[in-house]
Amino acid sequence: MDVVTLCRWQFALTCAFHFIFVPLTLGLSVLVAYMETCYVLTKDEIYLRMTKFWGKLFLINFALGVVTGITMEFQFGMNWAEYSRYVGDIFGAPLAIEAAVAFFMESVFIGLWIFGWNKISRNAHAITIWLVAFATNLSGLWILLANGWMQHPVGYVIRNGRAEMVDFMAMVLNPNGLLKFAHQMVSGYTVAAFFIMGISAWHLLRNSETVFFKASFKIAALFGLASTLLVGVTGDYHAVDVAKSQPAKFAAMESVWETRDGAAMHVLIIPDSANERNSVEMVSIPKLLSIMATHSPNGEVKGLKAFPKNERPPVWPVYISFRLMVIFGLLFGLLALLAFFLSSRNKLQQYPLYLKVMVFAIPLPYLVNQLGWIVAEVGRQPWIVYGMMKTSDGVSKSVTAGQVAVSLTGFVLLYTLLGAIDIYLLMKFARKGPDGDLSSLINPAKREV
Amino acid sequence: MEFQIIWFVLWSVLWAVYFMLDGFVLGSGMLQNFVAKTDIERRVVINTLGPVWDGNEVWLLTAGGATFAAFPTTYALMFSYLYTALLLLLFALIVRGVAFEFRGKVDDPRWKAVWDRALLVSSFLPALLFGVAFGNIFEGLPMDAAGYHGSLLSLLNPYGLLTGVLFVMLFLVHGALYLSVKTTGPVKARATATASAAWIPLLVAAVAFLGYTWPATHLFDNYLAHPALLIVPLLAVAALLSIRIFLARDALLKAFTASCLTILLVVTTGVVGLFPNLIPSSLDTRFSLTAFNSSSSLYTLKIMTVVALIFVPIVIAYKIWVYRVFRAPVTNQDVLDNKQAY
Repeated sequence: MDVVTLCRWQFALTCAFHFIFVPLTLGLSVLVAYMETCYVLTKDEIYLRMTKFWGKLFLINFALGVVTGITMEFQFGMNWAEYSRYVGDIFGAPLAIEAAVAFFMESVFIGLWIFGWNKISRNAHAITIWLVAFATNLSGLWILLANGWMQHPVGYVIRNGRAEMVDFMAMVLNPNGLLKFAHQMVSGYTVAAFFIMGISAWHLLRNSETVFFKASFKIAALFGLASTLLVGVTGDYHAVDVAKSQPAKFAAMESVWETRDGAAMHVLIIPDSANERNSVEMVSIPKLLSIMATHSPNGEVKGLKAFPKNERPPVWPVYISFRLMVIFGLLFGLLALLAFFLSSRNKLQQYPLYLKVMVFAIPLPYLVNQLGWIVAEVGRQPWIVYGMMKTSDGVSKSVTAGQVAVSLTGFVLLYTLLGAIDIYLLMKFARKGPDGDLSSLINPAKREV
Repeated sequence: MEFQIIWFVLWSVLWAVYFMLDGFVLGSGMLQNFVAKTDIERRVVINTLGPVWDGNEVWLLTAGGATFAAFPTTYALMFSYLYTALLLLLFALIVRGVAFEFRGKVDDPRWKAVWDRALLVSSFLPALLFGVAFGNIFEGLPMDAAGYHGSLLSLLNPYGLLTGVLFVMLFLVHGALYLSVKTTGPVKARATATASAAWIPLLVAAVAFLGYTWPATHLFDNYLAHPALLIVPLLAVAALLSIRIFLARDALLKAFTASCLTILLVVTTGVVGLFPNLIPSSLDTRFSLTAFNSSSSLYTLKIMTVVALIFVPIVIAYKIWVYRVFRAPVTNQDVLDNKQAY
């Protein structure tokens, strides 16, 4: 394999691995903060136990998210030096801002939260986890503004042989980045909601700690219902923006070859890239594709043939990932709706089949987050910056295929090992359930603060 | 011009603060196996680092991010030229982070022993690699119009290795002093004794480094042109000597503070010698990467300066507050009381 292909695989795999842990962090931080707030407000010990139990799982997950994040920052320079040199003037800014504004806050206050139970007042302690949740999401915002710029470059001019920033606010207000952030945030919340509901369902099926897990399920159900709904809304607006700012990606998402006004959407498609057509197009819904792309029944949808062959993304992976993402998204909405009704009427345990489905549903939102990123990143190809710089032009000149083969192997081995340990620990502590005795958790001296 | 100088200074400050803060985490990690004998003692050592290690490591990410944003050409070439060394560094930092988190999660002596070893290696390796990398930056990297002519092996030249040893010794003494302040009983006694014992090889490494820097690098050029600058290395030496004096008086917090200053001043000594270079070329100075020829545009530097002026003081303020919250030494009882402790 050549160096570009190896670098692509390495970036894709390390990014995907990093992104196993990030979505849960985004959502679970908010939920744990909510639980601790309930504890501070009601003084009901069940909320403290929730904070502790879900907080422990949060931390096991969080650790790998942090350490694999360093890889991402280093790799732009290590593997994509030409890219970094060409766009660093504008692309480096959101990454540096993310570290200074968000990552510091997240890392300092998570330390205070873990070790500060007996050191600061209860109110202050609850505030620290809100700061962590806020910083985690803020961190996501800056990263996705950086990514949004790669998808839809704005606020720059080509000068001195590189892309130089001329309008900081244009980058910050880039609709592609902001919509991606909104969509990602609620997708992360969905992962967290299904994580809590799934583990709670597992315990409810075994009649262990039923009060605790019913209450946890209920919180996650409402959160999950709101999140899945918002995933749909933000996804819809994001798609309209993509159709406008990255028409080739949108065309690949729906495997559209011809440019049409008032285009129909086909439920079943088998793309045939070699012949620039679909070998199967079945169950058509008139005008729907135009509505999806433009929010107008007669809007124009660009087809892949409008782009030179060497500027089209690979159709199959983008199309199938997008299709699966949408189908699963609808399924999550349905499951969350059921969750909401069953848990609010206290009928969860009457439907063991539903609870079993929820246990097996735990990995699905993770998978769908990955699918979404395959749509976003594979759909951006062959560009590293859409319409501006090809991925093959961004790779480091001084790095050899041998070096990357070694590093890629190293990453695969190390990450597989760490991922396996992390999943083992998550399952171990998820099964163990909450700790019973909390008397040692709160220093009596600080209780009334 | 002014903004490029501002960012050279900020770049230096970020690295210096990173080494000061992660230095004691790396040093403590290297010493954990030796100053702590029992499981609870080892947990105490890790729990002294628990609240702060992640926040300290972010200084590295910020230094990296600042290099990217302010000096993109330097970021691109430095990271791709030092590919394999940085890869090892990454692996070590990844393992170190999870070692803290994973060690206490399974109650099995073999499991814990594995993570104790992992912590030792993953703390030693970054200390050595950072030293080797900065030693080579001080010397200059073999780069010209055709690109980079070095390899991982060429980085391991005598001066690079000596700087690596200097960093390891600096962090060892720094970590030992941190643990002597942050622990009690036998661990404190062993950490204090280690600091005293390791100080002498540190002094030897520092003297050798200063001496060898003369023939191996051009760092002294700036000092010869502006002799008043010699105050920086003199202060570094004074800080290093004062560690010993405070240790002899059993003033451990002062000795640790002196060790913080030593690291800040050693890094400052290096970057003052480098200026305006970020990475000199050892082949042809026309290909040196400087604050002036590798920087971002003025517009970007101004935006980033505003961000830094607003947020760096905020970060420093809450970091100081958190250090104050955790100023008390960690005892066995603290670890047993907090079920979320490492």
